[in-house]
Amino acid sequence: MHIKEAKSERHVLAVTVDNEAGILAKIAGLFTARGYNIDSLTVADIAEDHATSRITIVTNGPPEVIDQIQAQLERLVPVHNVIDLTEEGPHVERELALIKVAGVGDDRVEALRLADVFRAQVVDVTTSSFIFELTGAPDKIDNFIALMRELGLVEVGRTGVAGMMRGAEA
Amino acid sequence: MSKQERSGASILVQGLVDQGVEFIFGYPGGAVLPIYDELFDDQRIRHILVRHEAGAAHAAEGYARSTGKPGVVLVTSGPGATNAVTGIADAYLDSIPLVVITGQVPTALIGTDAFQEADTIGITRHCTKHNYLVKDPSELKSTIEEAFRIATTGRPGPVVVDIPKDVQIALSNGEADAGSFVTSERYQPRTEGKTDKIAQAVAMMAEAEFPVFYTGGGVINSGPEASALLRQLQDITGAPVTSTLMGLGAFPADHPDWLGMLGMHGTFEANMAMNKCDLMICVGARFDDRVTGRLDAFSPDSKKVHIDIDRASINKTVPVDLGIVGDCATVLQQLIDAWGDRKAKDLGEWKARITGWRARESLAYPPKKDSIMPQLAIERLYALTKHRNPIITTEVGQHQMWAAQYFHFSDPNKWLTSGGLGTMGYGMPAAIGAQLGNPDDLVIDIAGEASIQMNIQELGTASQYRLPVKIFILNNEYMGMVRQWQELTYESRYSNSYSDSLPDFVALAEAYGWKGIRIEDEAGLDAGIEAMMAYDGPVIVDCQVSKDANCYPMIPSGAAHTEMLMYGDQVEGTMDDEAKALV
Ligand SMILES: Cc1ncc(C[n+]2csc(CCOP(=O)(O)OP(=O)(O)O)c2C)c(N)n1
Ligand SMILES: [Mg+2]
Repeated sequence: MHIKEAKSERHVLAVTVDNEAGILAKIAGLFTARGYNIDSLTVADIAEDHATSRITIVTNGPPEVIDQIQAQLERLVPVHNVIDLTEEGPHVERELALIKVAGVGDDRVEALRLADVFRAQVVDVTTSSFIFELTGAPDKIDNFIALMRELGLVEVGRTGVAGMMRGAEA
Repeated sequence: MSKQERSGASILVQGLVDQGVEFIFGYPGGAVLPIYDELFDDQRIRHILVRHEAGAAHAAEGYARSTGKPGVVLVTSGPGATNAVTGIADAYLDSIPLVVITGQVPTALIGTDAFQEADTIGITRHCTKHNYLVKDPSELKSTIEEAFRIATTGRPGPVVVDIPKDVQIALSNGEADAGSFVTSERYQPRTEGKTDKIAQAVAMMAEAEFPVFYTGGGVINSGPEASALLRQLQDITGAPVTSTLMGLGAFPADHPDWLGMLGMHGTFEANMAMNKCDLMICVGARFDDRVTGRLDAFSPDSKKVHIDIDRASINKTVPVDLGIVGDCATVLQQLIDAWGDRKAKDLGEWKARITGWRARESLAYPPKKDSIMPQLAIERLYALTKHRNPIITTEVGQHQMWAAQYFHFSDPNKWLTSGGLGTMGYGMPAAIGAQLGNPDDLVIDIAGEASIQMNIQELGTASQYRLPVKIFILNNEYMGMVRQWQELTYESRYSNSYSDSLPDFVALAEAYGWKGIRIEDEAGLDAGIEAMMAYDGPVIVDCQVSKDANCYPMIPSGAAHTEMLMYGDQVEGTMDDEAKALV
């Protein structure tokens, strides 16, 4: 007997929650307990009175599992609502990455040139290294990191995705 | 101490009184001493001292399920809380409203591996509907209010409120923060079905030629009016009814359109009707694996309507054509109203096929000369007690399935069993809780000799509170259900399923001040049951039954509804790994 795998889709979920202790553990635990995937998860306080947070989860799974994830999240008491940005329509996704590259000579020049092409900012510099700050859609960051791998990539820090629907409506 | 100031413990107890709590099932310890002191001379709430915290949780479940009111549990930190976890998980899977108060080490010691510290919030996070760590006594009032609201509304379930010892002692005026949750956008369960969906469901019902109602524990949880409305809707549509283990009693078992229970040990007619129907109306059930059998062969040609208060139950394992999120009673009423004075279709052909399936007599079992067939024992127990309309609890195993098959129910809230978690040791404490909530009812725990030992210590609780519960043990000297599976799957290699070194149950009963009765043969069966009934106090009946009887019909794991084994079918064998893995 072998374990079977199902095909999957990537979805971005924006979840508004009460800002209470344990909510992150509850959500992360829901995903592990029910065998759902988390590609990235970001969370921050978004309300003036610090009462609510927004959690953005990038997940993947077959469509029926994605629907279950949404339903299971909505079932949690501190969850106000769950928006499946991927399902709802046009939306923007942004992520911030810090990328450290070390090297000298041609590699160093090439790294700086590519950073310029990608509109990455240099936020730290020594004679033998750069830290680039890059904001963009996740695949843009993936591409940049792939290029840097050949030019002395040392370290990567990524925030995970924040997402929002396009247009005037909340 | 200013005039209105009260301790956290006092605010808590007042909060419970405000919720109308009659009983607390609990066990004391260091981290709840302030609460116990508060209860010491309080006449408003009765504390029931159990013998183990698992007993407290199951007793609260039995009370809740038999009365429709939430059960309340009070246990200490650390081992008190962890002992209660099985009952909490049980209530979670069977959607039983519980509010469980756990003591916690003082706030300043949390996270230091303090004496009797356990991360109760972490441990219960995924087996509660919600849980709270209360860090300020001024939050207690609103927390208790919300805890009861969450436990009892929407899909009911257990809620844990973890209260550090210093918070129980600290003073507060108790009013700060009151109602803070009320304005929140969180937790707004939907009870009413959407009108367009109701209309669609009625149209589907009016057109169906082979409809079936598949009902579950949600109908019971929705309150007795849901059962009444189910009967009404069945009456105007004529569709036959089957039910899950948890839903028994919602529809009367003596009704001509009752098909019996469905699923792994369901009747032939119920499972065939599920397989061959053209419309399945699922009311408050959740397509559990014990019900569906092999998913890709589950009711292949039917349209499916699913009514459930929990939107996450819809399309979870079985995709349906129409999902209606709402409370069973509310939606059933909506369906009845929308049906109006339509005439039901002639279901003659469908009923005739069902009659054909009934003729298989799937619950028939061979007689035995030298020992009591357990099925017969349940049939006699039913025949001799039904005039008292008893509350039946069970443990887990073959006896549980036989009770579901051969004891028949006409009313909701009379059948208390651990369906989702399948917890051995549930039945006796649940009977204690049910007896407290229904002092005039006859309450019987139908037990197995193995299961009953799991919470045997609760004999003392029943003695202390003079509860006349009856325990009817179908003693087959085996963990029968395990033995049956080993026969089917592992060529009868009975690994550790023999009940060795059993106690003398009669002597054990007497040691606790109960009456003990032993039934050894068929000739003594009725007399033993009568003697049990006649005794005005708690009784253990050790009914010695055939050791090798099995529970049929049975859909083996990994099989379809149409592949049922009946009594007399060749049973010993092996299974392929896929089937074994399905459990
Ligand atoms: C707490 C717990 N442990 C183990 C099991 C697995 N199990 C299911 S039925 C059963 C045997 C029960 O034996 P008994 O109470 O004698 O009932 P019988 O099947 O013989 O009627 C076991 C061990 C369980 N359901 N619950
Ligand atoms: Mg047994």
